[in-house]
Amino acid sequence: MNEVKKTKYINPYIGGVLLGIVLLAANFISGRGLGASGAVKSAVVSTVNVVAPSHVENAAFYKAYRQSHPGNPMHSWLVFEMLGVLVGGFLSGAFAKRLKFKVEHSPKITSKRRIIFAVMGGILFGFGAQLGRGCTSGSALSGMAVLSVGGFITMAFIFGTAFALAYFFRKNWI
Amino acid sequence: MGPLIVNEIISPNTNLFIAFLIGIGFGFALESSGFSSSRKLAGMFYGYDTTVLKVFFTAALTAMLGLLFFSLFGWIDLDFVYINPTYLTSAILGGAIMGAGFIMGGFCPGTAFCAISIGKLDALAFIGGLVLGILFFTEGYPMWEEIYKANFLGTPTMNDIIDLPRGVFALGMILVAFAMFWVGEWAEKKFPREEY
Repeated sequence: MNEVKKTKYINPYIGGVLLGIVLLAANFISGRGLGASGAVKSAVVSTVNVVAPSHVENAAFYKAYRQSHPGNPMHSWLVFEMLGVLVGGFLSGAFAKRLKFKVEHSPKITSKRRIIFAVMGGILFGFGAQLGRGCTSGSALSGMAVLSVGGFITMAFIFGTAFALAYFFRKNWI
Repeated sequence: MGPLIVNEIISPNTNLFIAFLIGIGFGFALESSGFSSSRKLAGMFYGYDTTVLKVFFTAALTAMLGLLFFSLFGWIDLDFVYINPTYLTSAILGGAIMGAGFIMGGFCPGTAFCAISIGKLDALAFIGGLVLGILFFTEGYPMWEEIYKANFLGTPTMNDIIDLPRGVFALGMILVAFAMFWVGEWAEKKFPREEY
């Protein structure tokens, strides 16, 4: 097992310092951390607003959201940041020649099973990120950088739960 | 001086443009570290690839120390930096649900967008799931509004609640992170696998 193929990615500690500098820049310039799920929420609220405007005026969540976020929900910091993520990820992948359409999965499972689990995981993550007021980026990472107690708790429960359940899903990954 | 937006050194529209540039840096850092691969991310939870641990904690430490030094030098007023509020119940429940989503789906929202940018279709499926999960939350909001707002503690910071100076807490975090990095390196040697 010593002939393990290494590595086409950058050193993880250097990657971490890069990511930390990006997060520091966000705090220094914009007074806030990074995020991801909030941009999807903006897209969801905008879409519902177009499809069912009267529903947005009446349902509790959308009413509260419109009050705390006046103006167009897509005109937000996180939406622009996530558009940047798509560009930055694409550039990195292009430089490293990793651009390719594929479904990545363990050889022990089918693509179909991988997709089904990806959708289920996404549903849980989307719901959990709303309940927890942010995902791994917005709540855990950015929260930890500013020493937020909530950020540390969310981080511990994301990783703790994933570790605790890892055994049951091992076939999907290893 | 900082944060620039709060002190009106840059305009709100410039701020959105900066958000786009920051996003590029964010996406680039994630992808080049290998966060566009779900099997690599999931490797964290089986010990064969602890990149997530190393990148995540190095990033948190870098930003934490950067903010600490910037504030010591008087470059940034931490009173104007957003501190995530703490709602105890939803932080725990939300975190646990996200953890389950992580091990099933293999991504978190940020890494899924990073992965779709290089063509991973499982990430597209995950993002579809995210939309459904968020819609489920917003549509059913009255059902979980109470849990969502329960046990609000304000915006406490870790050094406040254990009554230590910010710098001492940061030093402690560095030591904890180094211990975890050491465990991570050990686990990767013990459970070696090919790079995905």
